[in-house]
Amino acid sequence: MPHIEVNGKSYETDEEGYLLNLAEWNMDVAEYIAKTENLNMTDNHWEVINFLREYYEEYQIAPAVRVLTKAIGKKFGPEKGTSQYLYELFPYGPGKQACKVAGLPKPTGCI
Amino acid sequence: MATEIKAPPYRVFNIAPAVVPGAMADVKTFVASDKIQENLGFPVFETPDWHDKAIGKMGELLGKYRSLKVYMDACVHCGACSDKCHYFIGTGDPKNMPVARQDLMRSVYRRYFTLPGKLFPWLVGARDLTREVLDEWYNYYHQCSECRRCSVFCPYGIDTAEITMAAREILDSAGYGQKYSNEIIGKVHAIGNNLGLPKPALIDTLEGLEEDTKEDTGFDIRFPLDVKGAEVLLITPSADFFAEPHIDSLIGYAKVFHAAGISWTLSSMSSEAGNFGMFIGNYEQMRKIALRIRQAALELGVKRIVVGECGHAWRVAYSFWNTLIGVGDGGKDPYAIELQKQLDHRYKQPMHICELTWDLAEKKIITFDKEANDKHIITFHDSCNVARGSGMGDTFGGQFEIPRNIVKAVANHFHEMPEGTTHEQTFCCGGGGGLLTDDLLDLRVKGSLPRMEALQHVVDAHGVNFMACICAICKAQFTKVLPYYGFDRRLIGGVHQLVSNAIKLGDK
Repeated sequence: MPHIEVNGKSYETDEEGYLLNLAEWNMDVAEYIAKTENLNMTDNHWEVINFLREYYEEYQIAPAVRVLTKAIGKKFGPEKGTSQYLYELFPYGPGKQACKVAGLPKPTGCI
Repeated sequence: MATEIKAPPYRVFNIAPAVVPGAMADVKTFVASDKIQENLGFPVFETPDWHDKAIGKMGELLGKYRSLKVYMDACVHCGACSDKCHYFIGTGDPKNMPVARQDLMRSVYRRYFTLPGKLFPWLVGARDLTREVLDEWYNYYHQCSECRRCSVFCPYGIDTAEITMAAREILDSAGYGQKYSNEIIGKVHAIGNNLGLPKPALIDTLEGLEEDTKEDTGFDIRFPLDVKGAEVLLITPSADFFAEPHIDSLIGYAKVFHAAGISWTLSSMSSEAGNFGMFIGNYEQMRKIALRIRQAALELGVKRIVVGECGHAWRVAYSFWNTLIGVGDGGKDPYAIELQKQLDHRYKQPMHICELTWDLAEKKIITFDKEANDKHIITFHDSCNVARGSGMGDTFGGQFEIPRNIVKAVANHFHEMPEGTTHEQTFCCGGGGGLLTDDLLDLRVKGSLPRMEALQHVVDAHGVNFMACICAICKAQFTKVLPYYGFDRRLIGGVHQLVSNAIKLGDK
């Protein structure tokens, strides 16, 4: 199986680098995955990542883009509650790229 | 991504591209894991008997589907199809010519199922099904979006999509499944939709939408879930609950039901219109997926089944639901007969959301403020499965006219893309047929070339800034590939997104 090495520890991933075991996730792993995605993690990124993980814990799936933008807007200010803002943070698409950094499985389907 | 993905340049003349042999030979979509295969009851790869299983399945399909045998025998290599495939146009790989894609199977067919091929394979282009041939099948039958454009031009009507479906079915029978499609089918069986969106998340999303639409419109637009006794069961792609711009069309459907006073419901158990069973050519999977819809319809006691904006779902609904599950005439088992009795046959069963909306608009039950869409200069992209695999309304070509009629009824600025790129000759978005996966992004970008050329034409000529369509795959695909061609990803949207902007909700 493919895997990544972070701080001497090995983590299993799928072919695309999504973490297989959600429970193994930690901030160092997130930083590592972000780097492979050419992302420079800032507080703004972390706000999104932390929300994704909270949501996933409750619902067992990542939030819809609209749910995410609304929640981020409510929590951190209306200027952050747009999909444009999320795309700026995660240019490959907030759904998939942010999930990857957050250690969540990749959303599948016609999205 | 190892190599940078770039859009190919537009063609100066819209003719066949220079041939680049082997250009896409190594493009291989991720293979399904053993776990994914076993979830569907499929064999795993690679067992020693894969060859016999594959040839056995091929014989079975040739016996079952006369069309497949005719397609294997009938081709005269006239070349009419060769430059009609968007993947050939975008990649130049000669194996992406429809005739060459067919020949991957035809050569094996001749070897095992025709006398000359059994006796003198070298004389008739027959070849053994070796491991290399199987790999070639896997790679190139996952570079076909089953859009059927080539079949429009074939003088014999050979349908490459059906050959691709058969090839994938044979590959699956040998354990060689595609991760993307088969993982998704497993999620539908387990959870009820392609996304794997469980009921609590669906409730949360729909409640959020009710809040949003209340805020935006001042009206209590409902997004009902699992309501017994509702008139309409709406079956829509789960992307409509999740992604952008899909969700804007979902809001549009809700507004139409609200304005027309039709009670409706979604189903948490059957929260998916899409049916990837068709993409992999597997009848049993297609039926199993569709049966969830019947179960939901029976449990909720609905009178009508309406399908949201999803291209291949509408093909399955329009062409196969009747015999698959008894929506429409044809199902013979007791549940199908029970459902037939339950449904209200004054309405089409199933009905496309565009048929519903257009019917209400024609009767002036819903009305529009066209100026609300004045910022949009619109064109319409025909989605392949709607265009070439279904119909709408009561007249020939209704599947082309009805969505356009809606767009023209809700907006003032509409322009067609050039002839030969729309209606039955429409170009695929480049992501259909089970190819809408990140590992095929390079192929998807290249395959969208002819559509992007046509779009560029109306952008230059008329300032088009909105391409409307009625397919979740098209929406997701264009959102992703438009930027590669220098367009804004928000240029794509749904027909009911435009309806949503313009529909009058208050006093009529």
